[in-house]
Amino acid sequence: MNETFTKAMARNIFYGGSLFFILVFLGLTFHTERTLPERDHRENINEQVILGKKVWEENNCVGCHSLLGEGAYFAPELGNVYTRYGNSKEAIIGFIKSRPENGIPGRRSMPQFNLSDQELEAVAEFLKWTSEINTSNWPPNDQG
Amino acid sequence: MKYQSQSVARLYFIAALGLFAGQILFGLIMGLQYVIGDFLFPAIPFNVARMVHTNLLIVWLLFGFMGAAYFLVPEECETELYSPKLAVVLFWVFLIAGALTIVGYLMVPYAALAKMTGNDLLPTMGREFLEQPLITKIGIVLVALGFLFNLGMTVLRGRKTVITSVLMIGLIGLAVMFLFSFYNPENLVRDKFYWWWVVHLWVEGVWELILGAILAFVLIKTTGVDREVIEKWLYMIIAMALITGILGTGHHYFWIGAPEYWQWLGSIFSAMEPIPFFMMTMFAFTMVRKRRRDHPNKAAVMWAMGTGVMAFLGAGVWGFLHTLAPVNYYTHGTQITASHGHLAFYGAYAMIVMCIISYAMPLIRGRVANSQKSQRTELWGFWLMSISMLLITLFLTGAGILQVWMQRYTDTPLPFMVVQDKIEIFYWLRLISGVGFMAGLGVYFWSFFIGTEEEAAKDNAQMMAMAK
Repeated sequence: MNETFTKAMARNIFYGGSLFFILVFLGLTFHTERTLPERDHRENINEQVILGKKVWEENNCVGCHSLLGEGAYFAPELGNVYTRYGNSKEAIIGFIKSRPENGIPGRRSMPQFNLSDQELEAVAEFLKWTSEINTSNWPPNDQG
Repeated sequence: MKYQSQSVARLYFIAALGLFAGQILFGLIMGLQYVIGDFLFPAIPFNVARMVHTNLLIVWLLFGFMGAAYFLVPEECETELYSPKLAVVLFWVFLIAGALTIVGYLMVPYAALAKMTGNDLLPTMGREFLEQPLITKIGIVLVALGFLFNLGMTVLRGRKTVITSVLMIGLIGLAVMFLFSFYNPENLVRDKFYWWWVVHLWVEGVWELILGAILAFVLIKTTGVDREVIEKWLYMIIAMALITGILGTGHHYFWIGAPEYWQWLGSIFSAMEPIPFFMMTMFAFTMVRKRRRDHPNKAAVMWAMGTGVMAFLGAGVWGFLHTLAPVNYYTHGTQITASHGHLAFYGAYAMIVMCIISYAMPLIRGRVANSQKSQRTELWGFWLMSISMLLITLFLTGAGILQVWMQRYTDTPLPFMVVQDKIEIFYWLRLISGVGFMAGLGVYFWSFFIGTEEEAAKDNAQMMAMAK
């Protein structure tokens, strides 16, 4: 960097550039918030979906699974598990319920979380709602 | 060391390295669980090990940043720290809170921990990297406030430099963005949208300011290049970091339900995110080439150049690899993501903390640099860890490419677990590389205990004489 380009100029690029892009980002956030209702189907977020999200969080499901591609990569993607399981909440509930307490020898296994019937129903409802979010066609196929 | 109060950094550095070792241990446990699925099951399920692994990473880096700040701010401001006592008190508060949290993860089922710690009052837990109980999160905020107060008072009464301004902006930004961890909307899409304001705007935003400031400080000290030149570079690097990084957040908004214009914005701006990291590499190498003195601490200079190169590879190249929306459509949430995460965190943040430790620890221990023998050992640790991490990255990339191919980019996609079995060999190779990393860390630790005071003094005198 030569002499005509001074430290003051560099400083101004930093402060001016950062401020400009912070404002643009805030503007886009505002716009995103306004358009989200069409894509997230928030009208379907009922008490069960809310409880289901809490069950999801309080059992740290994201510590093994990904949800819409975010989380851990140790276990399958669950954003579309509702469709993968043939649009069946019962199949989701059945899977969670049937996990063996002591795992499967030599294999990865989901822990037995001993969820109540209400919690099971709620987490399935949450995953159903999640599968209906408009994610621009992600994941590419049912396998997640 | 010019000011007595700088020595408070020692506590922070030692804790950082101790927690680092814990992080690697749990990394190895997870590496084993990837190939032997029931390893330690159900005592330590994968999700618990992962939580410990990632939370320890965050906490040890924060300890490292705080130690760095306590060391460099008094020296830059040319005054003693406002309150060394407060720094010590906050250290113990943070360490004990952190340790209790980790013990909580390991001893109690996560759902029970959530109940015990009042997650019902304000649900914030169970989101990736932000798994800490509410009280821990509040504790982090209080420690951060005390820390910023202590530094702020020091800066106010001392000399103002660009390095301290940039460091302070970075640290304040870190604390402010963390406040979004308390915001957890019931709508998953909005939850994810603001979750990234903590995670992305930390590691691809304000943390880069902290990284830049520490790097600039070490380069001024070890190369003797004019401050004006270094500060100009620093401003340009962090300008590019924020100009590209803020809208670069968009690369996380492709598939979570946000509007589709983010695919364009996120792709374009995050494609430019390698620029600041490339500039950091150029910065370190140019300053070393133009050096006006030969500092006896060769190891610190090596870390400074290493962090530039590895951050550029990990954050820059491996980030670019999967950041364009059409590519990310297939790679999102696969082992490709994991490979990038590992090299980026190691190159940018783990290495800058080891860089400042390498520079500052000998000074705190009353010598300009460690003995030649000790530095040679430290460099062995440097190479072992860096090469192991490169191998981990390459093997995870291999696993990721195959995973994308078989599970996503094919007419006959296979189920997740079937694919995991088919790519097992890469997980074994990754595990072996992880053992290599642990060995490197051991060698690095060993270097602290090598060489006597006299040897260090003799080697340094010799270096000084040669430089003249």
